[in-house]
Amino acid sequence: MTIVVVMEQVPDVVEELVIAPSGTDLDRDAVSYVINEYDDHALEEALLLAEATGDEVVAVGIDTTGELDQALYTALAKGARRAIKVTGDFEGAWLSTRAAAQLLVPVIKELDPRLVLTGVQAPDDLDGQLAPTLSALLGWPHASVVISSEIADGVVRARKELWAGITMTLELELPAVLGVQAARQAPRYVPISRVRQVMREASIETREVEPVGDLAPSLMRLRFPAETSQAEMLTGNASEIADRLIELLRARGLL
Amino acid sequence: MSQRITVLVEHLEGQPTDVTFELLGLARRIAKTNGAAVEALLFGETVRHLAQTLPADRVVMVEHPLLRYLAPEATAITLTTLLRTDPPWLVLIPNTSLGMDVAAWVAATLDWPLIAYCEALEQHDGQLVATAQLFGGKILADVKLEDRPTVISALAGTFATDALPPAPPGTIEHRDPPAELAALRTRSVVLERPEAADVDITRAEKIVAVGRGIESKDNLELAEQVAEALGAVLAASRPLVDAGWLPRSRQVGKSGLKVKPKLYFALGISGAPEHLEGMKDAELIIAVNKDPKAPIFSVADYGVVADLFEVAEALLERLEG
Ligand SMILES: Cc1cc2nc3c(=O)[nH]c(=O)nc-3n(C[C@H](O)[C@H](O)[C@H](O)COP(=O)(O)OP(=O)(O)OC[C@H]3O[C@@H](n4cnc5c(N)ncnc54)[C@H](O)[C@@H]3O)c2cc1C
Repeated sequence: MTIVVVMEQVPDVVEELVIAPSGTDLDRDAVSYVINEYDDHALEEALLLAEATGDEVVAVGIDTTGELDQALYTALAKGARRAIKVTGDFEGAWLSTRAAAQLLVPVIKELDPRLVLTGVQAPDDLDGQLAPTLSALLGWPHASVVISSEIADGVVRARKELWAGITMTLELELPAVLGVQAARQAPRYVPISRVRQVMREASIETREVEPVGDLAPSLMRLRFPAETSQAEMLTGNASEIADRLIELLRARGLL
Repeated sequence: MSQRITVLVEHLEGQPTDVTFELLGLARRIAKTNGAAVEALLFGETVRHLAQTLPADRVVMVEHPLLRYLAPEATAITLTTLLRTDPPWLVLIPNTSLGMDVAAWVAATLDWPLIAYCEALEQHDGQLVATAQLFGGKILADVKLEDRPTVISALAGTFATDALPPAPPGTIEHRDPPAELAALRTRSVVLERPEAADVDITRAEKIVAVGRGIESKDNLELAEQVAEALGAVLAASRPLVDAGWLPRSRQVGKSGLKVKPKLYFALGISGAPEHLEGMKDAELIIAVNKDPKAPIFSVADYGVVADLFEVAEALLERLEG
């Protein structure tokens, strides 16, 4: 049986972000893309599930960057059996979650999985998270913020994190959708040589789709947070800064 | 569509969560500008006793054993049924672990627009604009609200609860649970609380918190030494806890603990919205980060753009020397 993992490339937020002249998107040429870190956790959780059940993991992604192959080959190198790239006339576009979900639903239905996993959220999902959106469109039960899962007797038992260490464990009938916060263990590492080998031996399947209508909310503009911060920036070399910090803490009775 | 703002009440163990009062406050502030009515939707097993505590014009209550913990499927179906029968103008849902399961599901099912990660909802030139935090808090998106029912998932800890006059007692209405609850595909829901921790970071006066900038587990030792020298306890951002470098009880933020120490010294933490949620009310925040645009500086009192290792070592030298 099949477990589908949906993986998305997103702008690396550790890098400097530039707003495009249009004001309603990032300057995509200045963006460096990474796999959404929660999708990486979703892949890890799927691989762990599959190791226990013998299921086949299929990695699926919408190629909005023209660079998705690397991520999918990495997924194959880590243990996914198949990788599918959804392509169409949306390169460079900022797809809304709703649009992405509509593009993915037919591909997921074709694969007929018993479980779909994806990251709990993405840095750019202005119109909400993918897992609950997919759940609604597929009509399958779901849980998000999942930190571990287990398949048994026609159900998936998913542990969802609330806050302050409180968790909720849900038993969902299959097929189901999970939004993964963190896999049971840190995502596995795969050497680049292994990825290269997979690139020679395996291939990525393609599904060409028609774009869906623009379903995004009416975005007026993007902007940087105002410099409302009162933060006083301390400058100087490390020992000068250390002196200032100690002075500060002493003055407040904190040392 | 009626001129109504509807708030989904979140509660745990017989107590509405703080964000519920934030969202009801937000709803009342908007309602004051345009005369909308504020409605609180209260779902649970037995929640009648909570109804009177909610500042709303109307509380609509649905009671059913399957709604006890506000688990995703039961809550989303109940909410969708009510909204479909009588669509309001705005639906406010907290962007918490429970709310995240519901907001996108409900919006997609009803085919209504959704604006997630909302940190502000304000009138600009007679137009209501929602501001969402994207890209780890580095970018804000202003979104115009259309003249149609819209779902907003709002960040916890961002909207004021004070300065609201007490609401006059509203009406309390009881609705039958939807028939679909009989056919849920969620078989069981179990809530578990954590075991007691070695240190209670919520009681610490001083906290040294480390993030992914620390790079490796071995480097934690340096942070530990700084904490000790300052008489502080060590806490961390989520990725370090996920990596197993520190126990869950040391995690600050949305899914960790909320802390309010006298000193919060952040080393190599970017300041994602989910982290800020847990520490921005600390009395004194000092942040060290090599990225001058790191969002942590937006809540800090003092900021240092530098390599954390250099600063940490210089501090140690002074404090121990
Ligand atoms: C549902 C949900 C709940 C969450 N709950 C929490 C939570 O409770 N707590 C939490 O923390 N996160 C939580 N997160 C995760 C959150 O979104 C961020 O991913 C996380 O806070 C990032 O941690 P970080 O700042 O340590 O790492 P990064 O964002 O990777 O930041 C590392 C920072 O270190 C800086 N840096 C690197 N090297 C150095 C150096 N040598 N010197 C100085 N600075 C350096 C970088 O400039 C960067 O700013 C949650 C996410 C979700 C989806």
